Parts: sequence; structure tokens; C-alpha cells
Amino acid sequence: MQNFDFVKPASVAEAVAALGAPGAQALSGGQTLIASMKQNLAAPSVLVSLTGIAALKGVSVAGGVMTVGAATTHAEVAKAAAGVFPGLATLAGGIGDPAVRNRGTIGGSVANNDPAACYPSAVLACGATVVTNRREIAADDFFQGMFTTALEEGEIIVAVRFPIPERAAYAKFEQPASRFSLTGVFVAKYGAKVRVAVTGASNDGVFRWSEGEAALSANYDASAVKGLKVSPDGMIADLHGTPAYRANLVAVMTARAVAAS
Amino acid sequence: MKVSLTVNGKPMSGEVEGRTLLSTFLRETLSLTGTHIGCDTSQCGACTVHVDGKQVKSCTIFAADVAGAQVTTIEGMANADGTLGRVQQAFQDHHGLQCGFCTPGMVMASAALLAVNPKPTEAEVRHHLEGNICRCTGYHNIVKAVMAASGQDVSMAAE
Repeated sequence: MQNFDFVKPASVAEAVAALGAPGAQALSGGQTLIASMKQNLAAPSVLVSLTGIAALKGVSVAGGVMTVGAATTHAEVAKAAAGVFPGLATLAGGIGDPAVRNRGTIGGSVANNDPAACYPSAVLACGATVVTNRREIAADDFFQGMFTTALEEGEIIVAVRFPIPERAAYAKFEQPASRFSLTGVFVAKYGAKVRVAVTGASNDGVFRWSEGEAALSANYDASAVKGLKVSPDGMIADLHGTPAYRANLVAVMTARAVAAS
Repeated sequence: MKVSLTVNGKPMSGEVEGRTLLSTFLRETLSLTGTHIGCDTSQCGACTVHVDGKQVKSCTIFAADVAGAQVTTIEGMANADGTLGRVQQAFQDHHGLQCGFCTPGMVMASAALLAVNPKPTEAEVRHHLEGNICRCTGYHNIVKAVMAASGQDVSMAAE
């Protein structure tokens, strides 16, 4: 791993200033970034740890909205969301393994936008708001393809605001070695409106399955998506699954999520 | 830069680079070689230690990022008189190891589970140890050891 200067600011303002240095990169839990740095896929000259900023941590609930600080770990979210937003608790509690969940954070996951990460599906399905140090970004505008987001240089996620759904669940078909999703589906129901977001399946990263949304908005039952076909075009092909396999899993995992919600 | 933290109850410090991993710091600077590095890619869990009471993979955390923290390693798991701690003794009693390479991580992960869930079910033990890989035992005796360490009947575990 190439060496770098390590800084650990105590406030968002200090972090933003530190990120202004050439080659600077933000570090949250590091459960993806450190592995990438070991392989020289990332080689920052300055690493700005966000884990010392108290303002980025914690979960609060008010007026039907759950606000999760960006540097809140998966384990903390799993615990805090358990009674209020069980769908999110299940998702957070199923990421990686216990050690990963004690370090990895929601902000890191969402900012990285790995096409097989779990969190982006919940953010998109809930129509959550990504709050940064500069602005508020709607989930529909935030995710812009594999490892690509609306974040600008030096912009830091401060929190993610989830409108708590009336019913929701996440169903992940797990890649057993990495526990990333081979295909994972988050379903969120708000009154008659249902949103379905799929991760792990597409070369473009997380996406909304509009046909599934329409079917479930008309009839919120697992049977509603039975028989719906998803095109394998643009789906990920790797040794774990073909595009057709993943396309099939979209409807299967959607039905399982609805049944679990 | 200089990093100071508490390891197994004792204040420790040493010089690190930004890129120095906690696992490297423990093994090479502090000579605490009980923490093993199996894969270095965050998958095997042999390097598991506790930071402020929570299990983490020390190969995937920078030493500088845990300055000031309380770290517990496998060397801190024995009793004060030097005899094996409860979890360690259970691993010995139930043959929860063969080559022993994964054992430090298994013990640290198991202890972290028992700290929050003193009487786990067998399924909970297996789920909790997902991030710790053993290539010898097939896990059955490890699960038995954790059940025994929690004071529960092991006769049915892993059957």
C-alpha cells in the first residue's frame, strides 16, 4: 500500500478543509476502501478519517422520518432501527459479518455505490434524502451508475433521511463468500404507492423496477409479481450468475421481500 | 506519527506511518504476535481483535484511526494468573482447533458474541462466526466450544 498522510478532523468543516488538499480522500469505516488501497486501486496522498466527527454519528426518529448519521456503523443501525424500521435493521444486520458491521458505515456504502452493496437499495426504494455538507439530494438523483454518484469533489455525506415506510423488507440472495448481494431487493410501501429497488443485478448499479412497482401498487401481494419477466440486458455476468439468472432473481427476491414485509 | 492506545489494559505507544494497519502495529511494533494475519483481505477473521469492546478485523483498520482506543487481543484473554480464560479453555476442552491458525480470531469473535449474548443458540453462534474462516475443523467443535463457554449443553451442538 502506498503511504499517505493521515488526518482525523473533529468537525465537518475541518474535514472539508482537509479534503481540499491534492489527492485527498475521505475514509469512513474503510471496509471497502482499505482493501482497495491494499491492491493499489486507490492511492490517496491524504486520507481524511471521518470517524472522529461526533456530528456524523447516531440515529434519530421524528415525524415518521429516520435520520441516520453518515458515520453510523451497520451494527448501530441494525440495533437502532430494530423496533422502528425493521426492514432497514434486517438489511444493516445482514451486511458482511459482525466485524465488518462494527466498522462499515452507511455513508461509506452510499458514497461508494458498489453495484452489489445493500444500502443503496434501501435509500432508493424509500426515496430517501442524502444530506451533504452542501445540499440535499433525492435518492432518485443520487445514484448515477456503478460506483458513480451525484457527489462532487470535497462533498461529504452528513446523513441519510428515510421516510419510514408503512411496510418494507429487504430480501438478499447472497453471494456466499462475500455476502454482497447477487441480487437484493428492497420493497417499501407508502400508502398505495410501492417502490422497488434492486441491487447486485445490473451493470448500472442500483435501479428501480418500475414494472414490479406498478404491479405491487395495484396489489400488494407476492403473487402480483409472479410471471413478470425482467430483461437480462445490462445485467451483471460473472462466475456466480448469468444475466438471465440475475434477471430471474429480481422477481423472485421481490416476491420474497413482499412476503417478509 | 506517534500513536498511543491501551492494549490489554496497558498503555502502549509507537511510531506509525499513515498506512500502518492495526494488525501490523500489534505484531511488529508491540510484538503481540498472537493476532494472526491469514488473508489480509478482510475475509478470514484470524486478525480479529476488540476495539472499545467491539470485534473488528485489525487488518482492515489503520492504527492511527484507533489512537486512544482500548484494544484487546488474544494475549489479553487469559486469566490474571496466566491460566486459560473461559473461552480459550472451552476451545481446548472441545478440540475447537487443529492447526490453531484461526483460533485467536475465533476466540475473540466468540468472546464478543458472549459479551452481548451470554446464552446464544447454536444457530446464533454459527451466524456470528460467519466472518471467521477455519480450514481444518469444519466448525463443529468450534461451535461446541462456544456453547460450552456459555455454560450450555453441548451434547446436541453440531449434531
